[in-house]
Amino acid sequence: MSTTVENIHTETSSYNYDIVRYFTLATCFWGLVGMLVGVFIALQMAFPALNFEPYLTFGRLRPLHTSGVVFAFGGNALFATSYYVVQRTCRVRLWGDKLPWFTFWGYQAFIVMAALGYVTGITQAKEYAEPEWYADIWLALVWVAYLGVYMMTIVKRKEPHLYVANWFYLAFIITVAVLHIGNNLSLPVDWRYPKSYSLPSGVQSAMIQWWYGHNAVGFFLTAGFLGMVYYFIPKRAERPVYSYRLSIIHFWSLIFIYIWAGPHHLHYTALPDWAQTLGMAFSIMLWMPSWGGMINGMMTLSGAWHKLRSDPVLQFMIVSLAFYGMSTFEGPLMSIRAVNALSHYTDWTIGHVHSGALGWVGFITFGCLYYLVPKLWGREELYSLKLVRIHLWVATLGIVLYIVAMWVSGIMQGLMWRSYNELGFLNYSFVETVAAMHPYYIIRALGGGLYLFGALIMSYNFYRTIKGDVAANEVDKDGNPREAINTSNKNKIASATAA
Amino acid sequence: MNPLKNHEFLEKNSVVLLIAIIITVLIGGIIEIVPLFRQETVIEPVEGVRPYTPLELAGYNIYLREGCYNCHSQQIRPLRDEVTRYGHYSLAAESMYDHPFQWGSKRTGPDLARVGGKYSDDWHVAHMINPRDVVPESIMPNYSALMKRGAKLHDLGNHLKALRVVGVPYTDDMIENAEKDAMRQALGEARTDISGLQERYGEKIQARDFDKQPHIVSEMDALIAYLQVLGTMVDFDATKDVDPGALK
Repeated sequence: MSTTVENIHTETSSYNYDIVRYFTLATCFWGLVGMLVGVFIALQMAFPALNFEPYLTFGRLRPLHTSGVVFAFGGNALFATSYYVVQRTCRVRLWGDKLPWFTFWGYQAFIVMAALGYVTGITQAKEYAEPEWYADIWLALVWVAYLGVYMMTIVKRKEPHLYVANWFYLAFIITVAVLHIGNNLSLPVDWRYPKSYSLPSGVQSAMIQWWYGHNAVGFFLTAGFLGMVYYFIPKRAERPVYSYRLSIIHFWSLIFIYIWAGPHHLHYTALPDWAQTLGMAFSIMLWMPSWGGMINGMMTLSGAWHKLRSDPVLQFMIVSLAFYGMSTFEGPLMSIRAVNALSHYTDWTIGHVHSGALGWVGFITFGCLYYLVPKLWGREELYSLKLVRIHLWVATLGIVLYIVAMWVSGIMQGLMWRSYNELGFLNYSFVETVAAMHPYYIIRALGGGLYLFGALIMSYNFYRTIKGDVAANEVDKDGNPREAINTSNKNKIASATAA
Repeated sequence: MNPLKNHEFLEKNSVVLLIAIIITVLIGGIIEIVPLFRQETVIEPVEGVRPYTPLELAGYNIYLREGCYNCHSQQIRPLRDEVTRYGHYSLAAESMYDHPFQWGSKRTGPDLARVGGKYSDDWHVAHMINPRDVVPESIMPNYSALMKRGAKLHDLGNHLKALRVVGVPYTDDMIENAEKDAMRQALGEARTDISGLQERYGEKIQARDFDKQPHIVSEMDALIAYLQVLGTMVDFDATKDVDPGALK
């Protein structure tokens, strides 16, 4: 038996954790950048004087924010966790020694390329698919390498069964490849020139764009992050996944149904009605697999609910599932045509996206990072679980301010637009409805600012954890007291003694 | 047979799993997208819709470059208040030459699908230089730099050529004259002969010095030429009357 233990030990030490460390740090860095840009553009909407033409206008910075948080923050988190999970669950080192590093530097290069394009006005003008053709081709190469690394690691696995988290990561990687290529088919004006024209136009380009756009949510921001749920929640709670059967049903129904939901972004437009109706019907159906997944994740805590009381990292993960449940209920609701008639084009959509992005994607990422960082840098636990607790509440308060402000402003503006007076004239000019948004835009910026502040607390916590420090008066996740360590003091004492 | 039990097969054969995933996710996309390319059932042909003139196309590209779509939609829904506020609901044919579409998803500012002809050129110039000079409550950024920057006209022929490859019916004549046509449209009838331009793009073409800066064909000229044509190609008065009250 001792040989088995030894084997496991050598396997563990041969895992490629270096690459995971790099992606983890990149996640923190881009998260701060993306959120900072978000707070800035939120302030631009409250105070238009903050637009500085030509480079720093809202129109150019908004893609910087969305790509920054979705692809730079979320993307690096997906790389980090998927590379960690696939090694652990397949019990084999990440395949290839150079290729994973190509995916790291290649992906960072893509982010920089895209960002520079946005501020200088190089864009395809398609939401969440703004990078021009040269950056798209580069990303396709990086993505194929990612799929190669991931798939080859799986093929070489020492574990006969492929664990459920990997199904989700795999579906995310392959589907994003299909979506990315499908939505970016375009013809450059000149091979030496960044501008291109998309192959489809009008209605067709709208349908393909939202097939892509909604599944950027469905596969990039959901399937991949569900991979995190299925690995990190059981690990942190030290409990197996609640139901294996539910995982199977969850997985196949989610990936089958999600792909149909795109047309709900195009209700009442010139898109044929049959496509709109299909989009609406499948969006409503999507509620079920979404909640199935949420239940599977939450019920993983059965028999271990007491851990939720003492472990703020687990709290992050479970609160993220609660936000997931909330926004995947709100989404189907908003996809109903009659509701969409009111909500579309308003801030309600922005609020909905952010309850998903800040609450679900952000929180599950924070939870996973809090789990990963001590493991990756060989520390027993984080510098401070108290700071994690503060982060949780600051960020939750930020989200609540954000989404409530957007609910109020969105529904109010939607109602103002359709308000008639007794003579049959519209009650409000457009700009009156803009002016009415002002206080809510300030509250939203405040909410976003709190969320950013929370991420700064996390980054500080990581800095001290990596340094090897432990805060004073700390307890571990089970409530046992920990001894404080301050490596800076130690060094000082050491050098003083040497002198 | 227990399908959940057979699932074990997929868990042990990763390549089969990968293929199964690909098939599963392709179904919905194929069913929703492929039929749309049978255009005759999707886009009802409408009289008046034409490809953009080179100057309007330059304006469209500035609209894209500045990310105007982040705050302005170009898609009027067949809802009573929208038809009252913005005009006839948008038709599929009206965006058939937009590569890509500019329908947008958010109205931080108003819909622009039919903004053409609603405001004077002077209003647009003043509004772009500082929106708050004409609409005090506006939160739109200033775009005064458009006045000073010359519109890039010399490679418009290449743009038309690329668009022809993806399906916009530009003729050899249009491609050859692209740069000159852009100049002529910005100089206007008063200062140049626009008969060729009218021949190629129709009698209704709006040719004038949009930004009132005779010494330069600025990006402002191009953008305003684009904005002034939006929603004006189809003559709804000449077609069947649509009663906005009949729409829900």
